Amino acid sequence: MGDGALITTKNLVKQYPIGGRKFTALKNINLTFETGEFTGLVGPSGSGKTTLLNIIGALDNPTEGHVIVMGQDTRELKHRQAARLRTEHLGFVFQTFNLLPVYTVFENVEFPLLLLEMSGADRKKAVLKALEWVDLSDKIKSRPAQLSGGECQRVAVARAMVKRPKIVLADEPTANLDAANSHNILETMFRLNKELNTTYIFATHDEKVIGYLRRKVTLTDGQVIEDVSTTPRYPTANEEMS
Amino acid sequence: MLIPKLAFRNITSAGLRTWLNVFVLSIAFVAIIWVQGFIAGMSKQIMTDLIDTEYGGGQFWHQAYDPFDPLTVEDSHAPLSSALVDLVSTGKAASILITSGAIFPDGRVQTAMIKGIDPAQKVINLPTGVLKRENQHVIPALIGARMAKQANLKVGDYVTARWRDVHGTFDATDVQIAEIMNVNVASVDNGQIWVSIKDLRQMLQASPNEATLVVLNKDIESVPAADKTWIYRDQDFLLKEIVEMIKAKTAGSSILYVLLLGMALLAIFDTQVLAIFRRRKEMGTLMALGMPRGKIISLFTLEGALHGAMALIIGAVYGVPLLILSAKKGFGVPQAMSEMGVAVPTTLYPSYGVKLFIGTILLVMVTVTIVSFLPTRKIVKLKPTDALRGKLS
Ligand SMILES: Nc1ncnc2c1ncn2[C@@H]1O[C@H](COP(=O)(O)OP(=O)(O)O)[C@@H](O)[C@H]1O
Ligand SMILES: [Mg+2]
Repeated sequence: MGDGALITTKNLVKQYPIGGRKFTALKNINLTFETGEFTGLVGPSGSGKTTLLNIIGALDNPTEGHVIVMGQDTRELKHRQAARLRTEHLGFVFQTFNLLPVYTVFENVEFPLLLLEMSGADRKKAVLKALEWVDLSDKIKSRPAQLSGGECQRVAVARAMVKRPKIVLADEPTANLDAANSHNILETMFRLNKELNTTYIFATHDEKVIGYLRRKVTLTDGQVIEDVSTTPRYPTANEEMS
Repeated sequence: MLIPKLAFRNITSAGLRTWLNVFVLSIAFVAIIWVQGFIAGMSKQIMTDLIDTEYGGGQFWHQAYDPFDPLTVEDSHAPLSSALVDLVSTGKAASILITSGAIFPDGRVQTAMIKGIDPAQKVINLPTGVLKRENQHVIPALIGARMAKQANLKVGDYVTARWRDVHGTFDATDVQIAEIMNVNVASVDNGQIWVSIKDLRQMLQASPNEATLVVLNKDIESVPAADKTWIYRDQDFLLKEIVEMIKAKTAGSSILYVLLLGMALLAIFDTQVLAIFRRRKEMGTLMALGMPRGKIISLFTLEGALHGAMALIIGAVYGVPLLILSAKKGFGVPQAMSEMGVAVPTTLYPSYGVKLFIGTILLVMVTVTIVSFLPTRKIVKLKPTDALRGKLS
């Protein structure tokens, strides 16, 4: 388990080949994330936030260096093992929601549990609970096309949370939402982070998201230029944090 | 059980998309079977006609005989061997004597193959009975409808025929058209004039058993051995040319065939390949959710195969009555086709064999499965990040 951190990046470098040359998107990233963090990778567009998040999520491999997620070096994982890591411990929330369009809300949220081969009764219980978290219990039979953007993203959060993963990675989750829906979704995640001690890592340049963070890692041109603890400005209403 | 469950869920949830795919695929099934049945029916009918009216159960040819060389035909006959005489006299075969000559309808000259055959023969299905001379002193002649049109002849017309006898001397006589027959096989009609073989032997001053070829009965049991003079040509040999011609004509130039098959394949490609490429973001999502590659491939391939199976059922619902109807009613053959030189019947009855059905079902099922499998495999080989971005290759 290494030094016991949930996620560690060691001398992480990511290069993309561009027209025969190499473009370095991440330069020597050394970061540690602990259980229960509510952290944002922030920085301007093109600074490498998405790239870093994808590598942490074992969706992509580093060019150099290592990422240790829950004691496993993602570079050493076979395709199947990386899939397993994602099924069991990681949840993703995408900017474009990425719901399965032909499935109902219930089926979308149920999907990760099917991959875990959970029994029908347990699945149902867990899905209904997750939909309760995001306040969508009355929409279980709807399909994504019938939902608003905010509702879609809440389904996506429920899908990411339903298996109670250790880590949720959210890439610009508010980019397609208006202010009210952004706050709604952020409050939900903020609350789940505390209730279930789930680690949240965001990639974002949205000030609204930044307002909820407890830690802010600033990237510029693929380098970490600042890594600081912050005090969340939101949520103002139910202020009962430690 | 996860994969079948998900495949079933995807198919039932997709609604319109599923039914569109399935319907297009079902058209592919029906169209391929229909077109193939049409072609199979046509070749079957052409071959049956050829065997009935010309080739019988095989032929013995005089060694010099070449049906495609009218110049040598005058010298390609001889008295039959005793074995062949036996066959002919017992009705198991019919001898035919051929010479090239000319007729003079309306004072014009027109070359013609003069063919002699026993009026009483039952070996090939031509109305040769009319060639039997009762008391007339004029030789009765039988021609086909195509020849009648070419030479502008009607039943009862007299026409002068000219030929060279075995000594090379020109001779001529008048013959009377006894009947004009409608036959599908052009090669017993075009440029041909039939007379009794006895008359032709006399005309040529040939021996009593002189013949160019012998047609065996369709259901002959034992074929006598060939010798130096008489060469055996079996049905396969005789039909070879036409089989190849049918293949070339129907497969190569039939616009209908190419169009329908092309449409069917296009439909399969469009519905499956495009559907799958359109779903690459979905595959990226499945990868991000932790579904292993192998399972994604199985899922999409199974969906494709299930589409094929559903299309089979839907296709059967409207296709079977349609195919039965067309097999019963047949099709009028367009004029263009009967001018291909092949013996095309005027009405075609498609023929649907078990082989055709099974073959088509396999073809379509294998195609949908492959065109589901290959693009899926290509997409899941991408990094999940690329699939998620909907990257193409
Ligand atoms: N697949 C790729 N191929 C080539 N270049 C890429 C690819 N993905 C990202 N990049 C480049 O890497 C840099 C960082 O991208 P990204 O991580 O998406 O930034 P951010 O999420 O901070 O906007 C950008 O300059 C981008 O153009
Ligand atoms: Mg980004």
